[in-house]
Amino acid sequence: MDSGSIAWMLVASALVLFMVPGLAFFYGGLVRGKNAINTIMYSFVAMGVVSVVWVLWGYSLAFGEGGPFIGNFDFLGLKDVSATGTDIHGAGVPDLGVAIFQMMFAIITPALITGAIAERFKFTTYLIFLVLWVTFVYAPIAHWVWAGDGWLFELGTLDFAGGTVVHINAGVAAVAAAWLVGKRRGVDRGVEPHNVPFVILGASILWFGWFGFNAGSGLASDGLAISAFLVTNTAAAMALVVWVILGHIHTGKMSAVGAATGAVAGLVAITPASGFVGPMGAIAIGLGAGVLTFYAVRIRHKFGFDDALEVMAVHGIGGIWGALATGIFVVGGIGLIDGDAKVLGYNAVAVLSTIAYSFVVTFVILKILDVIPGLGLRADDAAEDAGLDVSLHGERAYVGDGAD
Amino acid sequence: MIKIEAVVRPERVNPVVDALIDAGCGGYHVANVSGKGTQQGVEVFTGRGATTTTRAALPKSIITTVVSASMKDAVVNAIIEAAKSGEEGQIGDGKIFVSPVSEVIRVRTGERDSAAL
Repeated sequence: MDSGSIAWMLVASALVLFMVPGLAFFYGGLVRGKNAINTIMYSFVAMGVVSVVWVLWGYSLAFGEGGPFIGNFDFLGLKDVSATGTDIHGAGVPDLGVAIFQMMFAIITPALITGAIAERFKFTTYLIFLVLWVTFVYAPIAHWVWAGDGWLFELGTLDFAGGTVVHINAGVAAVAAAWLVGKRRGVDRGVEPHNVPFVILGASILWFGWFGFNAGSGLASDGLAISAFLVTNTAAAMALVVWVILGHIHTGKMSAVGAATGAVAGLVAITPASGFVGPMGAIAIGLGAGVLTFYAVRIRHKFGFDDALEVMAVHGIGGIWGALATGIFVVGGIGLIDGDAKVLGYNAVAVLSTIAYSFVVTFVILKILDVIPGLGLRADDAAEDAGLDVSLHGERAYVGDGAD
Repeated sequence: MIKIEAVVRPERVNPVVDALIDAGCGGYHVANVSGKGTQQGVEVFTGRGATTTTRAALPKSIITTVVSASMKDAVVNAIIEAAKSGEEGQIGDGKIFVSPVSEVIRVRTGERDSAAL
């Protein structure tokens, strides 16, 4: 057993976990000040709920050898998952190390969805949604793509760090969620991010954590990790530059929120490709991600569809581009640029099946939660007007009364 | 000329300022304040989420506008309409203060009184 790889896996896992508070601040800065705590709590509470679900049954459903579509119950409570052996994953690190690393991915994925439902979703219902979504949407798709007997894995889909499982999955679920919960009250007036430095802080923490996400996904401390690290940074940088330039062309100003969004879009797009492309492939992927997500956001605004924090535009569109671009730019003579369309085809199958499954099952889960008495998706109008921080959490992000 | 100061709920600021412009006001300003009227305070956590306390001062917004005396009733009614919660209204919807203004001067031109409004 390579102690270097084990050390890197533990650090990479911690880096991925740290993306969750990064996301919390990224989203928290983008909303109005009266909903800052609520928005941050969506991500933070996922660290609690999903960690528990993962240990109890999530890992077992995702990685048990239960056939092509879902795992089984062999590893409930992480029973028989060895801290020294490599029976399940056959990786360079013990199985329990892989289970830890994968746990962090399961936490951040549903947290990504919350950008779509920000400023109006009922928090109690959200906790139940987290449990159901990780169980019925995340675990099966993770099994398809990453488990040794998953059908997309066996097909030959290349998804290095989770473009389908994490980003397309979250982006599509976000569309279903934003549609069912409906528009925010008063959003047509235009809603301004309340704390742009939070947005930059959050995006920077995401970028930092993404090195664990991508460079850790080879499950080893080796040259592949180095390559993944480099292409991750390169794609993020390229997409950031594209966003500020396109923003300047369209508005005459260079937006900091735009720069942060561009960086995240580049990180999303390179995720599935990070173990398979070289530096120039990363430049191309970052360039494509910047252009596509920039115009996706503009089109979303034209439609007036209230995916509040652009989860579909950034993670959905960025993820789809990344998955397809992996098939185009993959090195080793199997990419479209080398005249071979097989990987592109396999990845297209993964994209389409993820979109279909995630949308339908997320829709059904939310529909059921909506009709259960006492639950429902939406906070009441008075709570939404006053802000969800005081209404649902009994706390205020900014206390400025000076009276006490 | 009269000054109209309306203390309203922060979430009613947008409807109220829209109503002011519709009623013909040339401008307004908004200040976010906190204070206490008839309404009870807001309950917040102070014991790490385990105990609560009631803060007397609530967040409110004051919208101030100066108009000619003839517009007073129209503007006041517009504010009431826009600031009220529902048909009946609720405690905490706010209060309107009306007071005379002796002089108005526009900084840029030095125009005075109604020409400066």
